[in-house]
Amino acid sequence: MFDVIIIGGGVIGCTTARNLARYDLNVALLEKASDICEGQSKANTAIVHGGYDAKPHTLKAKYNVTGNGMFDKVCSELDVPLKWNTSLVAAFSESGIPKLEELKHQGEVNGVHGLSIIGRDEIIRREPNISRSVCAALLVTNGGIVCPYELTIANAENAAENGVRFYRNAPVTKVEKDGGQWRVQSGAGTFTSRAVINCAGLYSDVINNMVSENKFHIKPRRGEYYIIDKSYAGTFNASIFQLPTKMGKGILVTPTVDGTLLVGPTAEDIDDRDDTRTTSGGLAKALKFGSATWEHIPMRDVITTFAGIRAHCDRDDFVIGEAQDAPLFFNAGGVESPGLTSSPAIGEYLADSAAEKLGAKAKKNFNPIRKSIPKFREMTDRERAQAIASDQDYAKIVCRCETVTEAEIRASIRRPVGARTIDGIKRRTRTGMGRCQAGFCTPATIKILCEELGISPLEVTKFGGKSKMLDRYLFDKGGGNHA
Amino acid sequence: MRNVDIIIIGGGPAGLAAAVSAYESGCRDILILEREEKLGGILKQCIHNGFGLKMFHEELTGPEYAKKYIDKVIAYGIPYECDTMVIGISDDKTVTAVNRVNGVQVFKAKAVVLAMGCRERPRGALAIPGYRCSGIYTAGTAQRLVNLEGIMPGKKVLILGSGDIGLIMARRMTFMGAQVLACVELMPYSSGLKRNIVQCLDDFGIPLLLNHTVVDIKGRERLEGAVVAEVDPETKKPIPGTEQCFDCDTLLLSVGLIPENELTKMAGVKLGESTKGAEVDESLETSADGIFSCGNVLHVHDLVDFVSKEAEKAGANAYRYVKGDMKKTGGGVEVKNGYGVSGTVPQFIHPESMDEPVNFMFRPKGVYKNAEICVEAGGQRIYSRKSRILSPGEMVNVQLSPEVFKQVPCIEDVTVKVEA
Amino acid sequence: MEKEITCIGCPMGCSITADIGKDGKINSLSGYSCGVGKKYAYGELTLPKRMVTSLVYVRGTNKPLPVKTSAPITKSKIPECLGAIRSVSVTAPVRVGDIIIKNVLGEDADIVATGEII
Repeated sequence: MFDVIIIGGGVIGCTTARNLARYDLNVALLEKASDICEGQSKANTAIVHGGYDAKPHTLKAKYNVTGNGMFDKVCSELDVPLKWNTSLVAAFSESGIPKLEELKHQGEVNGVHGLSIIGRDEIIRREPNISRSVCAALLVTNGGIVCPYELTIANAENAAENGVRFYRNAPVTKVEKDGGQWRVQSGAGTFTSRAVINCAGLYSDVINNMVSENKFHIKPRRGEYYIIDKSYAGTFNASIFQLPTKMGKGILVTPTVDGTLLVGPTAEDIDDRDDTRTTSGGLAKALKFGSATWEHIPMRDVITTFAGIRAHCDRDDFVIGEAQDAPLFFNAGGVESPGLTSSPAIGEYLADSAAEKLGAKAKKNFNPIRKSIPKFREMTDRERAQAIASDQDYAKIVCRCETVTEAEIRASIRRPVGARTIDGIKRRTRTGMGRCQAGFCTPATIKILCEELGISPLEVTKFGGKSKMLDRYLFDKGGGNHA
Repeated sequence: MRNVDIIIIGGGPAGLAAAVSAYESGCRDILILEREEKLGGILKQCIHNGFGLKMFHEELTGPEYAKKYIDKVIAYGIPYECDTMVIGISDDKTVTAVNRVNGVQVFKAKAVVLAMGCRERPRGALAIPGYRCSGIYTAGTAQRLVNLEGIMPGKKVLILGSGDIGLIMARRMTFMGAQVLACVELMPYSSGLKRNIVQCLDDFGIPLLLNHTVVDIKGRERLEGAVVAEVDPETKKPIPGTEQCFDCDTLLLSVGLIPENELTKMAGVKLGESTKGAEVDESLETSADGIFSCGNVLHVHDLVDFVSKEAEKAGANAYRYVKGDMKKTGGGVEVKNGYGVSGTVPQFIHPESMDEPVNFMFRPKGVYKNAEICVEAGGQRIYSRKSRILSPGEMVNVQLSPEVFKQVPCIEDVTVKVEA
Repeated sequence: MEKEITCIGCPMGCSITADIGKDGKINSLSGYSCGVGKKYAYGELTLPKRMVTSLVYVRGTNKPLPVKTSAPITKSKIPECLGAIRSVSVTAPVRVGDIIIKNVLGEDADIVATGEII
């Protein structure tokens, strides 16, 4: 029996969990996939949006702006990489300039500061590699980039360290009233709780519509991306947007906090919420539009492509707060972009709302600080020597592309809400995210996972479920033969 | 900080041959740094035969070929550290390495030989659309899993890329009980040896689909199928309507190698555009003083025998450098890739001070029958030889003596080309 | 009966056609462009042979031992040969060159270790 059950382990759910951990409450988070951060939160553009794009007086605008202002503190407390690299919304023809003025004005109405329109010369001075057909741009000084999966995982780790229970492989099948409680049926068992917070992203409508007559519907909208090798770090400094369309913010060319560059996302309405395929049409579109900004996208240095699906809601805005007809059932519904930017604000709001309604007291010993796994690649030689002295596994480099050591991989498994899969290790350490895309490190990573979890290599999965990595041993342990 | 005369980064075929050669040239202060548990590099997992025909006139397997050099390293007492990763190198030859036993070690070398080999190009680099499921491996990773770890990655296999590593794995997977459905090749020809086509595909009735590629991946969690389409030979774009789906749970990729030049770049060494490896001169010295390069990290080879020969030169020259015996005048003359030629190594030569034969090694850009390989210098043709067939899958080796260059008065550049 | 093979002598990969009599003897051969090809074709079309490399189970571990035939064996016997290799196992120590199976399938070739286990 819990005080609060959070459904969904993306950035919203994990942020809400961390904020609830500030209170004396019994909190559980149920995540349907084999790991947290398997949905939108791992497949987005990683932008901390300035807040000019959202329509005024919407929840998107409100939470974007508030959330943006919270990022410094959150990333500092949680030791998450954050860079205020600014955003530029670029117009590549004169006819786009009025739209820039519109966005500037919209931003100011939303309460965004530091917006200005800059001309071609200034743009090229800032961004020497931008296409020369650029005419003008909206300069957004409070635009930034963050690591979205490290943010999600950091929130979860901090929440767990402060008492929140995490259940993975726990898809929720039913939420219903049971007397004065909520009864939640899931793949990890049936739970009862005084309050439920719906952070189920692409399935937030399904969960909401189980308990509320105030229904909404998610219309999945897929976006496809290219990732360019970090040898191109510095090609662009700001995150370069194009003019937004009714489908979204358009295709960006942006650096990431890791030095790679993203080109994307496209925007395509699809039927299947789980259809995370990349498509030849979508990728071609990303390149075509991306090359308006970056004329010669280096195709030989693409390291991979991916797709994410936005939880676009038919209300065209977030659905945040207690459902009017379902007391103590709270929604974070239809959280698509600017969801990542809004997450600190949404998480705080939902947690505080629930806590207040439950009459909860603040926890005396809540520790807001979470330290990331010390990264060998960021250490000085002296720090490296010290790290190795205290843990020999820091001397074994497993991922050559990203310089990730065995110590970090083991830590990623051992920490609260630790990795249980290849992708889980990937997201917590960057192992396998480099130019050889896990070709080199996979055998060693599988071995470490088996040692830490006491499982056989044949049980290791890429991301849970049926995503087994291997098929069989050549030889049985017991005897010589295999047909 | 420890002083070492010659540090060799990589204990695979290139590093081993360079070490042995440096020793046999007289060097007694050599250190091999190898990141795997054992010496041998990629040869440890190449359990098939075909190595050493030219070098030893024997048909050896990879481990046996490596053993010939490892035995010498041990017999000569050449120091080596395994399980040791070089994480830093500067242009003044300060080398930083880490291992469990010694932690962080900093060495100051008089000469360095870069012999780091390659990693493989992944699916992501080809941007193959579809699901990002498990079951997709580069051929080399699968080879390691099968031959070193004793684990089969899957049961029903499709292979993309008909280079030798893909062909070898077609046979290996078949031998170990998997079903290999086809080998899919983008180009109109295979870059693998004819012998491998016959003995890895034809012998088992595995079809080779030229002018084809994989256009979609099916299977949300584990691979379930790969959609293959024919491509236009000119544009390489898939031809609509030619798609066929192969039901498979394993896709092995043999689609190119990435020379491991992270350290090379760190040392400030200039890399060549077409080889993606260091730019070197006839002695295999890079643009950084006393830093040499050889093997697959310099340019991708087909035969390990030529890796060894090249590495021998690099090792011997590294010792000449240490002794102060390298006489080079000026920056050298550029070696240009003429018609039909790609990736010629070395990229520079010093015709006036050359005192040993130079080996120009390059890859033909296409398939040429009854063509002539020519080298021109100072406006004169200084070499030509006829060849019944030239193909991108077989590296060409042209050896020229210093006298040939000395006969030409004013050499501003050298061009290697094919006349078809 | 007509049979066609690809010569593996060089990248030309000449397509060699043979007319083979009922007794398996080669009546005529065409398509080769050099002596290497002619010799290869005769061998390949009368009694094709192959070197076989594979892996042997090492008791007590999953890491296999690489092995090879000490000489080429009859191509049609490859599956049987692989079966013979699968049916044995070894334990440490094993040196390169150690004979794992003597005179495999009566083919005048042994299965020998190409790696070592210390």
